[in-house]
Amino acid sequence: MNEINITSAQYTLDPEGNNFGITAIINGITMGVPLDPANRHYAEILRQVAAGELTIADAD
Amino acid sequence: MAKDKLTDYDATASNNTDVGGISVAEGMLPSGVNNAIREQMSHLKDFASGTTGIDVLSLADDDASHSIKLQAPSAVTADTTFTLPDGDGTADQVLKTDGSGQLGFADRHSNPSLIINGAFSIFQRGTGATTVSGNDIFAADRFKGWANGGGTYTVEQSTDVPNNEFEFSAKLTNTATDGSVAAGDFYAYATDIEGYNVSQLAYGHSDAKAVTLSFWVKSSLAGTYCIALYSTTANRSHIKEYTISSANTWEKKTITISSGDTTGSWNRTNGNGLRIYWDLGSGSTYQASADTWLASQDFSTTNQAAWIGSASATFFITGIKLEVGSTATDFQHSSYGDELAKCQRYYQEIGHYRHLAQGARWTTNQVFVTYNLASNMRATPSATATGVPSLSRYDNGQSADATSLVTVGGVEENTTKAANITIIWASGYDPTASLHYVYSNTNGDKVALDAEL
Repeated sequence: MNEINITSAQYTLDPEGNNFGITAIINGITMGVPLDPANRHYAEILRQVAAGELTIADAD
Repeated sequence: MAKDKLTDYDATASNNTDVGGISVAEGMLPSGVNNAIREQMSHLKDFASGTTGIDVLSLADDDASHSIKLQAPSAVTADTTFTLPDGDGTADQVLKTDGSGQLGFADRHSNPSLIINGAFSIFQRGTGATTVSGNDIFAADRFKGWANGGGTYTVEQSTDVPNNEFEFSAKLTNTATDGSVAAGDFYAYATDIEGYNVSQLAYGHSDAKAVTLSFWVKSSLAGTYCIALYSTTANRSHIKEYTISSANTWEKKTITISSGDTTGSWNRTNGNGLRIYWDLGSGSTYQASADTWLASQDFSTTNQAAWIGSASATFFITGIKLEVGSTATDFQHSSYGDELAKCQRYYQEIGHYRHLAQGARWTTNQVFVTYNLASNMRATPSATATGVPSLSRYDNGQSADATSLVTVGGVEENTTKAANITIIWASGYDPTASLHYVYSNTNGDKVALDAEL
């Protein structure tokens, strides 16, 4: 059971070109998500990626 | 040995050959009879006045088959006199001492609750009706709902309360029924408790403790309902049934889980330590037996009332308390400020009007801003912009060019004291100046920071 609905996820970059965070659409709302495993949105993104249910797009 | 007091007397009659040194053995002097009776009366007087004591006071039941005994410690360091109060106390009161031996009845001290916002005074996201359709929907702080299967319900702050001790409750209203709940359909209301706050339960260890959940509830649909304790990390759950006896009537429920879970890896730090579910009619996938620990995510039994299938059904709840032990104590009300601060560890909002933050240009379509948080958050928060905040450049005075905010981008990790956020907008505006403000002229516009469990 997915406890959180995530319909898209894309990395954002810092000025050095490193992945800084993720811009995701969660329950229909655009949200900035930190790369912190203790953050429930990021944890759920990782879980859905591992389950093959979600892909994090590269930054533009 | 002379029998000088009651405790010197022997249970074997033939061993009692004197009373206070006066012989009552075979062949005693006739004058010894009255002297022995007098001596024995003095022993009884000494006992009555407390001059001499006894080892134990035995209070036998009607057929003398068993007794309750009151006994002093084996070694008493100083004489102590307890004086009982005059008359009985009121229900649930306990005996207390004034430190000088005078006993009296007093109200019990309440245990602290492990639940935040149990009186539903804090609704930072708004007190109006929020529709729960899908997963993980918050309205009241620290409480979230799921409606996954076609049915929906709303959650709002209500002033319908069980008594004047409370000001608010959470009101759930069925807004779209699911009369044919599929196995995997999922309808529940829940609160998650951080691991730090439940580590004292010692769940996952041999000395796991009992807990007691108490709450006030009122529903338009009477019947059997279920709550459940659940660990997201240990995947362990424990279901308990309770009964709403009368429709549309406030009832207080007290539920004790007397055996703590000794199995599994329960979070004891800043993760999800313990979830409490109130089921609203979920499918069979989440149904199991009550009153036992389960190695699964279950929170309902087959007896659960089909609340989600009852058109326009309502469910009010308040005064929720979870405490260590097998006894429910009175709900403890903390100040509004304290309760708000506790909630802001998990969720807080910035702005509403005018300047929301200031920052510096990052890339051609991003500004990097820092929000100082009202309190340290549990984890690095996710960020969401509500409304249409705008970006303005300040050089020598306000720049004319401003653009509507498109979205909040990434949030820098490991920043629980301040939130470092990128603000991203559509192309066509290059914020070449170094200092920028995110601002809004509309009440309600805000940036929400979410570190919920």
